Amino acid sequence: MTTFGRALLIIALLTAVWAAVSALRGARLNQREWVVSSRRAIYALAAVLTGAAIVLESAFLRSDFSFGLVVDNSSTTTPTFYKLTAMWSSQGGSLLLWVWVLSLFSAAVLFATRHALREIVPWATAVLGGLATFFCALLVFKVSPFTSVANVPAEGAGLNPLLRHPSMMFHPPLLYSGYVGFAIPFAFAIGALASRRVDAEWIRATRRFSLIAWTFLSVGILLGARWSYSELGWGGYWGWDPVENASLMPWLVGTAFLHSMIVQEKRDMLKVWNITLIVGAFTLALLGTFLVRSGILDSIHAFGASTVGGWFLGLIAVVVVGSAALVVSRLDDLRSERKIDSLLSRESFFLLNNLVLVGLCFVVFWGTFFPLISEAVTGNKASVGPPWFDRYTVPLALVLVLLSGVGPLLAWRRVTLAQVRRLFAVPAAVALATLIALALFTGATGSPASLVLFTFAAFTITSVGSEFWRGIRTRRLVNDEHTGAALASIVRRNRRRYGGYVVHLGVAVVLLGVAASSAFTHQVDVRLKPGETARVGDYLVRYVRPTADVSSEKLNFGAVLDVRKDGKRAALLRPSRSYFPSLDPAMGPIGRFFGGESTSEVGLRAGLKEDVWSAMQPDLRSLKPGIRAGNRQLASVGPRGQAIGIVALAQSYTGNAPAATFRLIVDPMVTWIWLGGVISLGGALLALWPSALASRRRISSLYAARLGRELSRA
Amino acid sequence: MEPARKRTIRLVIALSVAVLLAGALIYTSFSAATEAQQPSQLLHDAKPGKSYQVTGTVATGSVSHQGSALLFRIRDRKGTASVPVRYSGEIPDPFREGREVIVKGSLRDGQFVAQRDSLVTKCPSKFKKPHSQ
Amino acid sequence: MIAVGIALLAPLRDPEGVRDSDARADRLAELELRKETKYGEIRDAEADFHAGKLSREDYRALDRTLRREAVAILAEIDHAGQQGPPV
Repeated sequence: MTTFGRALLIIALLTAVWAAVSALRGARLNQREWVVSSRRAIYALAAVLTGAAIVLESAFLRSDFSFGLVVDNSSTTTPTFYKLTAMWSSQGGSLLLWVWVLSLFSAAVLFATRHALREIVPWATAVLGGLATFFCALLVFKVSPFTSVANVPAEGAGLNPLLRHPSMMFHPPLLYSGYVGFAIPFAFAIGALASRRVDAEWIRATRRFSLIAWTFLSVGILLGARWSYSELGWGGYWGWDPVENASLMPWLVGTAFLHSMIVQEKRDMLKVWNITLIVGAFTLALLGTFLVRSGILDSIHAFGASTVGGWFLGLIAVVVVGSAALVVSRLDDLRSERKIDSLLSRESFFLLNNLVLVGLCFVVFWGTFFPLISEAVTGNKASVGPPWFDRYTVPLALVLVLLSGVGPLLAWRRVTLAQVRRLFAVPAAVALATLIALALFTGATGSPASLVLFTFAAFTITSVGSEFWRGIRTRRLVNDEHTGAALASIVRRNRRRYGGYVVHLGVAVVLLGVAASSAFTHQVDVRLKPGETARVGDYLVRYVRPTADVSSEKLNFGAVLDVRKDGKRAALLRPSRSYFPSLDPAMGPIGRFFGGESTSEVGLRAGLKEDVWSAMQPDLRSLKPGIRAGNRQLASVGPRGQAIGIVALAQSYTGNAPAATFRLIVDPMVTWIWLGGVISLGGALLALWPSALASRRRISSLYAARLGRELSRA
Repeated sequence: MEPARKRTIRLVIALSVAVLLAGALIYTSFSAATEAQQPSQLLHDAKPGKSYQVTGTVATGSVSHQGSALLFRIRDRKGTASVPVRYSGEIPDPFREGREVIVKGSLRDGQFVAQRDSLVTKCPSKFKKPHSQ
Repeated sequence: MIAVGIALLAPLRDPEGVRDSDARADRLAELELRKETKYGEIRDAEADFHAGKLSREDYRALDRTLRREAVAILAEIDHAGQQGPPV
């Protein structure tokens, strides 16, 4: 089967090359048959790569250990869900995922534009075909996901236990879909430049893809944060790690692009800026893929040195230099006669928001690559920590929250001061009231940045609310509908606008959660024996009893924690630590359980007001004699005897449990981060939902065109 | 003022603000950064009290506990020089003898005293065959 | 492999048989989309005016410009619909 997989990849490579070459030929000579052939090649590519993905997935499902990838990342005891998702925990598998998603997106966009953009599409197809060629070539020549194993083993290594978490399984494909999604508007931007059709058509044709890419990326980032919070033993959701930053950078620039593209659509301005942004977003997406794969920066995620780093750098260089050269050669076409009319207008605030987002991206970029920069300048690899990032990102994020409330209030072109006063009155009053109430009645003054953020978030939420209310009121005045119907019809008539407002709302809620949880958290690290108690924030936590749990896959030592507030039980938490046995027989039948991977299982009580979070680290020193004795005595008995031995060890742990180290955190409003994410996702879906009206119109206009054609023939 | 002139002034102001901010950013990044060193470099030329980042592998047989503190030695990736580390805080899941780690702290009396929670352990290479071939 | 090859090469062997959309229908669809967008802008401006975000003079000026642009697109649609050889 590995041979079949390899063959599919070779066919995919040839198809991708064909797509690029025939599209170029069709574009240059304006020969439609070549264009049609290239489009079919992209469809075929999507089909072939789907086949390759199915071959690999079914190998995982069947635990076919003749596949090198399956041996390394799966085992017969791996749960089915993780077998299905183990594909992307390896380099070859994740690159296959990349190009597979790319081919699906490409096929979808070419299908959607098969009757439009005749000049741009062939060039865009060539770009997409070229990208697919690059990745297929990597898969065929450098990192095959279909390596075969000569001596087929009976059991695989299993999936890295750290990655066994539901959000970790969706996180990589979502991030990749986000990264890949930006390839579509990028390809069409290049197509627009090449064919000198630089009006807003390329943006209109691909705006849905831009939004889809952004949505995937957002959800992917949040799931990564959620994984870190609920699976890793440190209790945080964001640590300014290079790989986290790598996903944040394209998100920031992509967000800027989503806003500024509207300005080009509506006002025919910012053409060069838009192309710069989308090239930037796509380059940063490639950089994100590269960072995870290259190991050039010290990161917890950098999964070892990989062989494809140089290739990626080459691709990034080609993308950047090629796009820049193309933009320069088309500067005459890109000039716009229009200028911003007034500083008090929606477009000028969009521009401001763009500058802040790009500024944020620059900060993150500089901090992430600082080790390389400082090595080049001073000869020493130095790095900057979270405090440095916070110093710049916090003020910029505050401005961003305010802008997300101001933008929706303003009209295009020009707003007068009198109107500003009227439009801003209610949100500003609510923000002021929030500020005063928080300063007087809570301890929020302890963190000025959070106080400002709460105030700005109140402004934004009110301003978005007032926008809905104004829309409803206007609609009711004109159409005499009741409130619910009016709301439904304004949203239906302008999904994009109101969907965007809902996203603003969600982002404000996310940042509320971030601000509250980072400023007002309580954390203690304590050593407790069973029966002892520790205090964290307003809670008393008692270590009730130790637990131990043995299965064929892992050994688990845990604790039952009784969490009380004001004498009443608030939660019963069960943090634990799992030990996954190593396959190395040299460690002994018992010792191998402690020589393999181990993971923290977090005990968490989530709540709207605050989370109580706990992790534990058992002290295994008292077990050492038992482990050594077990290794000696059970070396020659079968697996059954060894299982009895490990159960005995577990019993000796619970019978006389030593002190364990606990990390206890009371984290206010973390849940709001996930909640805000769900709100944003809802807003994005609202904006994405195809409007029935538009699609019907499109069909009817096509019919009308055909009718005209047929009549003229007769 | 005619609009064109006004626009130029705005542009100049915006550009100078951007340049100033970028300057501050670059300046502070150099002053706030912690140098990354291998144990041999650290032993050779570390100033006491200054904070550094040490990278290397956890020496085999060196891990022990003392109260809630974790004691171990970091060894050069390629070499034998090593430095003792005293660390407290959260121990990352993949931490183990022989793994690559990064830890932040400063040298005091020949011992590297690490900042709380500054220990980072690299995930083991997932592309390495677990069974040696 | 063979199936893929046939699918790709078929259009080249028989360029006449390509059931590609013709240039005029493409152009019409594109103009139609632009018209819809322009209509949307006109409606948005109206809503903004009713919501008190645009002054009367600004709205008048904006509305006039937008309508002029819409009429230009309509003229182009008529033009494209009548002219050009059928494919």
